[in-house]
Amino acid sequence: MTDAPFPHRHLLGIQGLGQQEIADLLDLADGYVEQNRSVDKRKNLLRGRTVINLFFENSTRTRTSFELAGKRLGADVINMQVAASSVQKGETLIDTAMTLNAMHLDVLVVRHPDSGAVHLLSQKVNCSVINGGDGSHEHPTQALLDALTIRRRKGRLSGLTVAICGDVLHSRVARSNITLLNTMGARVRLLGPRTLLPSAVERLGVEVFHDMRKGLEDVDVIMMLRIQHERMRGNFIPSIREYFHFFGLDAEKLDMAKPDAVIMHPGPMNRGVEIDSDVADDVERSLIREQVEMGVAVRMACLDALTRALPNSSGAAS
Amino acid sequence: MTRTAAGLVAYINARLLDPATGLDARGAVLTNGETIADVGPGLFQGGVPTGITVVDCTGLCLAPGLVDMRVQLREPGEEHKETMKSAGEAAVGGGVTSLVCLPNTDPVIDEVATVEFVARRARKVGLCKVYPYAAATKNLEGVELSEMGMLAEAGALAFTDGTKAIRNSLVMRQALSYAATFGAMIIQHPEDPALAEGGVMNEGELATRMGLSGIPAAAEAIMLERDMRLVELTRGRYHAAHVSTAAGIDVIRRAKARNLAVTCDTAPPYFALNELAVSDYRTFAKLSPPLRAETDRQAVVEALVDGTIDAIASDHAPQDQDSKRQPFAQAEFGGIGLETLLAATLELFHNGHLGLIQALRLITVAPAGIVGLPAGRLKVGTAADLMLFDPDRGWKVDPHAFRSKSKNTPFDARPMQGVVLRTVVDGRTVYLRDG
Repeated sequence: MTDAPFPHRHLLGIQGLGQQEIADLLDLADGYVEQNRSVDKRKNLLRGRTVINLFFENSTRTRTSFELAGKRLGADVINMQVAASSVQKGETLIDTAMTLNAMHLDVLVVRHPDSGAVHLLSQKVNCSVINGGDGSHEHPTQALLDALTIRRRKGRLSGLTVAICGDVLHSRVARSNITLLNTMGARVRLLGPRTLLPSAVERLGVEVFHDMRKGLEDVDVIMMLRIQHERMRGNFIPSIREYFHFFGLDAEKLDMAKPDAVIMHPGPMNRGVEIDSDVADDVERSLIREQVEMGVAVRMACLDALTRALPNSSGAAS
Repeated sequence: MTRTAAGLVAYINARLLDPATGLDARGAVLTNGETIADVGPGLFQGGVPTGITVVDCTGLCLAPGLVDMRVQLREPGEEHKETMKSAGEAAVGGGVTSLVCLPNTDPVIDEVATVEFVARRARKVGLCKVYPYAAATKNLEGVELSEMGMLAEAGALAFTDGTKAIRNSLVMRQALSYAATFGAMIIQHPEDPALAEGGVMNEGELATRMGLSGIPAAAEAIMLERDMRLVELTRGRYHAAHVSTAAGIDVIRRAKARNLAVTCDTAPPYFALNELAVSDYRTFAKLSPPLRAETDRQAVVEALVDGTIDAIASDHAPQDQDSKRQPFAQAEFGGIGLETLLAATLELFHNGHLGLIQALRLITVAPAGIVGLPAGRLKVGTAADLMLFDPDRGWKVDPHAFRSKSKNTPFDARPMQGVVLRTVVDGRTVYLRDG
């Protein structure tokens, strides 16, 4: 990693990060992978710091991953599940920001169902903000953990062909991954029915395929996206069985990819909808478990990088 | 049940007409089993070798069998109106060797099993070839998309809600988009349902005088205009069925000029009749869309001549007596057309609007191309689906002589020219006219 501190106050998206910044974060995360595998997983880098996980949307794994990351760095971590409290009481996002400012926290991790909400919040709070997923916009730590997973397995990102399959239309994971992979020199393909691909998506520097078998030809990495239950009937896809038949990843379609192609999924999986169980559980090819492990390391790296740049750090004056 | 075709059959002394290549010459066709083995002006000039069955065409026209891209079968569900068998008899009697049926049966063709049922029944009847369209939305309700991918794999040629327009713009957008995923086409009944609701004939002076509620021509143009925007948005493949108005044709013409993937057809009543056909409250002329004004009829003819309209389909819609012997407003829509498709289309030739080859093209290779069937041409190696006909012979429409189970033709008692003498499907003669 270069010695230059992370030059951004917030991590709102992959958009705006340079190649070197991404590589630095991944290098930093690599170190945390080793730390997490040792007996003593704790470091006191963030002692005295307060991290709040502010989730306006249900999440188990992302929230847990951030919580663990903060605690392993020695921070005080508090989880706030807002969906059922303030919003119902009529508190606006700006009110929430004002409340949080009064608590003097250092890092705020936010997940929100509306695209752009995390950005808005970041303009109103005094701390660093990490986007834990906003609407269909960005999920930067997911893209970073995916990149780390790929880089550790394949040794590189540049020159790889990555297929992102499924509901790209509603996916923040896809958008962050497209940006990151393009920045790092990988080739990105999008696979799915036209109803689940956003308009003008080919302008994002991707190749689009509607025939999964053709789209998987010679790819190195297959990223499956989750199909939300509410999209399974009606206007986007007619039925689960039809979706699985044409766009579910099974052994037969997987055969089209390179023999050493790996399979990823941001979770939670719908087995038998977008992915066949045999494929998801294939220890040789499925990296789904590693993704979860890399998630903690990547979030530690993000907390580390952002707090280094914070005022008061290592005795620096505010 | 399997019917093996004869071995080698030579159709000699024919005037060969192949709209796909423009061939119009004296010659012969040789079929071997189910396929065309040879075709051409020079064939058998030195006589037919022994061992080959000879059919002497006596100088009459031998053309590809007709391809009818819009037929309502009433089986399953309404077998009292038409069955696969009676429709098949009517089809081959009319020179039709391939037809595509609408999904508005009972049950609706929106499941793989129903697609397979139609194919199996048609094979068993063994007359004309029958291909289905499947529903664009489940149960033709216009709400949820059908399983187009699997239905296309099972053999559905395209997707349509039949005689119902896909009304909701979002559903139409998604249908076009989803179908395009599989390279499939959406066929629309282009009529704004809100404007058409309650209407029973063309809106205008005649409807006002007759005291009947009308369907404005704008109902067609409005739906087409909307759909063109959605085709542009989705880059989907779209076909408008039975276009009937000058305004609607204008929309299609402009869309084609913008290179949208749009085609359309019309049906014989819309170029051969106008709204005056309903003036005695004749329910047999109550059609959907309704017969239009004379200016619209002329625009349809013009569009057939200039190629804006790509094909002619019979729009065969059998209705039994009980459905038609009603006060005009209560009678069902629709007319039969399989047995008048050829002669009605030939009116365009006899009236000097089109050449014989051009007229035939609209009911053979043109519709086959739209729905993606390798039919409607005299081509070596393709199925031996042939029609022998006399383009000039006159006759008068007599519904009781029709083979269709329902008799509701809008052309009752009309003098026509053009008679089918023999129809061959996969090398087998399935219809032979006596006399």
